[in-house]
Order: sequence, then C-alpha cells, then structure tokens
Amino acid sequence: MAHTDQQVEKFDTKMFSIVGIREKETEKLAEKSISFWKEVLLRFSQNKLAIIGLVLLIIIAIMAIVAPMTSPYNYREQLGIYNAPPSAAHWFGTDDLGRDMFVRVWEGARISLFIGLTAAVIDLIIGVLWGSIAGLSGGRVDNIMMRIADVLSAVPYLLVVIILLVVMEKGILPMIIALSITGWINMARIVRGEVLSIKNQEYVLAARTLGANTWHLIIKHLIPNAFGAILVTMTLTIPTAIFTESFLSYLGLGVPHPDASWGTMASEGNKALTSAPWRLFFPAFFISLTIFAFNAIGDGLRDALDPKLRK
Amino acid sequence: MLIALFFIISITFFLMRLAPGSPFASERQFPPQIEKQLNAKYGLDNPWYIQFKDYVADSLTFDFGESMKYKGRSTNDIIFDSFPISMTLGIEAMLISIGFGVIIGVIAALYHNRFPDYLAITIAVLGISVPSFILAGLMQYFLAFKLGMFPISGWKGFIYSILPALAIAITHIGFIAKLTRSSMLEQMNSEYVKLARAKGLGKWKTVFKHTLRNALLPVVTYLGPLAAGVLTGSFIIEQVFSIPGLGRHFVTSISNRDYTVIMGTTVFYSIILLLAVFIVDILYSVIDPRIKLKGAKR
Repeated sequence: MAHTDQQVEKFDTKMFSIVGIREKETEKLAEKSISFWKEVLLRFSQNKLAIIGLVLLIIIAIMAIVAPMTSPYNYREQLGIYNAPPSAAHWFGTDDLGRDMFVRVWEGARISLFIGLTAAVIDLIIGVLWGSIAGLSGGRVDNIMMRIADVLSAVPYLLVVIILLVVMEKGILPMIIALSITGWINMARIVRGEVLSIKNQEYVLAARTLGANTWHLIIKHLIPNAFGAILVTMTLTIPTAIFTESFLSYLGLGVPHPDASWGTMASEGNKALTSAPWRLFFPAFFISLTIFAFNAIGDGLRDALDPKLRK
Repeated sequence: MLIALFFIISITFFLMRLAPGSPFASERQFPPQIEKQLNAKYGLDNPWYIQFKDYVADSLTFDFGESMKYKGRSTNDIIFDSFPISMTLGIEAMLISIGFGVIIGVIAALYHNRFPDYLAITIAVLGISVPSFILAGLMQYFLAFKLGMFPISGWKGFIYSILPALAIAITHIGFIAKLTRSSMLEQMNSEYVKLARAKGLGKWKTVFKHTLRNALLPVVTYLGPLAAGVLTGSFIIEQVFSIPGLGRHFVTSISNRDYTVIMGTTVFYSIILLLAVFIVDILYSVIDPRIKLKGAKR
C-alpha cells in the first residue's frame, strides 16, 4: 500500500494542461457505418467469380435481345445451305435444314432464359406465400401445409415433370407449369424457416400488438427480412430450371419446332455429331455458360449475405 | 413414405388417363370390334374407379401387366431385364462421384486459397455447370470418336460403361467436392484437429482418421439426391450411348404412350428412390451417433 501511495504523490498538477473541448473529435465515429445492403454489395463486388458470372449473364442477355433483331437471317428461315461449318456469313454454321445457327442460338437463349426466369418467379410467388402462411400460422395449419410439401418433394422431381409433359401438349407454357409444379417446395421450406425465426422477434410482436394483420406482417416485415435467403434461392433456382428445360428438350419433350431452345438444338446436334460437331458445340457451350453464370452469382450472393462471413 | 408412394401411383394413373393419344393409335386404324376387344383386355372399358382399384391392387402385388406396345412382354420382364444394366451403371457412377468428389474436396481444403484449391474449385464449378448429356456428347466425340480410346456406344463389357458412368457422375463430383471442401474447412478449425496435429500426427493421417469422418456428414445427406440424380441422369445417358437399360425403356415407353410400361417403371423408380432416401436416413444416424432416428429405442 505504501508503495502505491508514493507513486500517486509523484504526479504533479504541472504535468497536466487544459486542452479545451475538441468538438470535432467527439462527434467523429470510430468508423463510417454502412448499411447492411451496402456491405453485401461491397462484398459481392469483391468476389471475382460472381462478377465474372454477372458480366457473362449481362452479355448473354444483351445478345439474346439484340442478336435476333439485328441479324440478316431469321431463326426459322431455311437458307438452302445445309450443315455448313462456321464461316464469316454464318458465325456458328448452319443446321441440317439450312438455318443460321447464330440466330437460332440467341433465339434459344431467349426461350431458355424466359422459361428459366418465369419458372423461378412462379416458384418464388407460390413458395413465399406458402412458406410465410405456414410459418406465420403455425400449429395444425403449418403441419398440414408442410406435410403436403413433404409428400410432393418425396416424389422424384424429374419423374413428375416428365409424366406431366407426356400428358400436356408440347410448348413453352406446359414446360413452365411442369417446372414450377414441384419447384416451389424448396422456396417454401426456406421461407418458412426464415419466418419461424423472425416471427417471434420483438418488432413483429410490436406490429401485431399495434393491430397489423397477417398480410401487413408478410409484406412489411417478413419478406424484407427474409429477402436475402429468397434472393439466393431464386438465383439458384433459375439454372436448375434452365438445366431441366434443356434436359427435357433433349428427351424430345421440350419446345416444338420450329422454335429453338438450347436443349432441342443440342439434342439435334448430338445426332449429327460426327458430321457437324458445331451444331452440338454452340448450344452446349451457351447452356453451360448460362448455368455457370447463375451459379456463380448465386454462390457469390450467398457468401455476401452470410452474416458469419461479415468483417 | 407410403403416402408419397400412393401419391405417385395415383398421380401417374390419373395423368395417364388424361393423356392424349392411345397406345394403339400409332398402328393402323383398327376395326371398332378389335379396338373394343383390346380395351377389354387391358381393362380400359371399365369405369375409372374400377381401373384405379385394379391398378392399385396390381401395384401392391407388383404386377404391372403386359406391355401395350410389345405384345407378349410383361412390364415386369422389361424391368427385370434392363434394371441390372442400369444398376451397374448407376453404382459405378455413384462410386466415381463419391470417390473423385471427396478426393477433390479434400485436396482443395488442404491447400486452401492456393493453386490446387483454385484448380479443384474450377473443376467443380465446371462439372456443375455442364449438363451431363452435353458432356456425354462431347466425350463421345473426342474420346471415343476422335481418339478411339473408348467404344462409342453399346453395352458389351466394362470398358463400355466408363464413359457413360463418368458422364452421369461429373455433376455430382462437382457438388460433392464443394460440400467436402466447405465442411473440411469448417472441421479443420476445430480443436480436435488442432490437437491431433499438435500431438504430432501427420497431415494426411489427421485427415483420414479425424477430419474426414466428421466432414463427410454433409456428403452422406447428399447420397439421397445423388441416387435420384444418377437414376434420372440415366434417362438421357442411356439414350446417348444406346445402352439397353431401364432409363431408355422409360423414355421409349413415353414416346410410345405405352401406359402399362410407363406406370410400371414410374412406380418402380419411385420405390427405388424412396428406399434409397430411407437407407440414407438410417445410414446417417449410424454414422453420426448424435442424430437419433425418431422413435428409435434408447
């Protein structure tokens, strides 16, 4: 004790001086705070693979819009040049009916992207509604709704889609219906999980106490907070839909002639593999590229949204 | 599980009834008497609820009747002739995907953020992005047709099965590699791995004795979807490589509108898949003692 007393005595008032109020420094925060979404965006943009995917996708989308409009050929026009290899006039060659493959590939991009996006949006709507209603209601309603989803998802996805397409006429609409009939389950499960974790939080309770009804809760509170998970699931649903579409087209259950989808073109190209390999190569390349792009973006988003990886 | 099976059985039944076109339509026009007789033979003239009852009863006793297209061949014959082929191919594909997937994933995790990691991830992403049927076509063209390393198509021995199995497996290799990598990375930060390393156990020995055992749990959950993926993958791959497996029969029966065969194979596929998922569930609780099956005895 004596030791510390001696030390304290050594401090003299001369050692201190008055510095006054530093107003600027008290107002300054340790670090500039950024919002959650800004941070997500920042981390997403640091992910090289995801950015590559995004750029590729934008290019593919632009080409799908622009190429068929500006090309001198039409996707169903038969030019009389059969199975010609790629050349200056026909960048991707021609097929067995003498149609320009370049235009057909981008026409196919339109159809494949359209089917993929629409199926994903339908999945989104049904899945979000189903999942949030089940999660919010809880109890018996939740139980029954999720049992239905369980039974549906126990049924092999492709088997159902194939059987459905056998029954329906070929075309784009049946394809979308078939794809979304079991596709929403995954989304519903994820949304329900999110809703269950959000719904017992204080602000939702407060909103309820203030008299907010279920719709208001879903739209104002649950969806914005589950948005990240929904976004990731949706980005990863699109490549699955595109893949399934090309898979089914390949089996001959896809979009009928003369419309072009990548799957149909790849399937035709496979038959002419030995004589005209470019007819498989180009559609195949763009299917893979698109699926890759969506997957890369989805993975990047998931990493960016993961709170465990926040710095 | 049984509910799901019943659901599949009934949904295939009703959808087949709704389907346009009749199995006898593709042949020349029958006189009405013969068509009536044919319908009577397959029970198509009964009201739907009697057909449905018969059909469910038949499914339960595993008797799917005679093919409507190929006279004299029963659906059971078709299934049991072709399923062994598909199963060989499927098992081969599963072994390839698990083997390569785990190895690639482990290498990626051990060399985290270094060259082998990037290489492995690129392979995995490519594997996931390239659809199996495209890969099948490309392999057929380059490896079999151009280089002559493998037979182009057919089913006459082991060498014929390599390319198809690889084509089915490649997507799953990618998925399994990604799963293994991320769970390996997670496990490698845990205390017990650090302890194993600290007490002087070698790098690879730690991986095989400690890390992998825990890191493989997510991979085990993937086995169910893997079985489904391998089965459905065979639809196209068997077509591309002209392998006389069940997948090809399924696809042919669809374009032939051969109702009995479609329903038979669908139900058969569903049983196999549900069984696979069930086995995986059991396997999971065997491997990880922390998970108890519901209703299991303590």
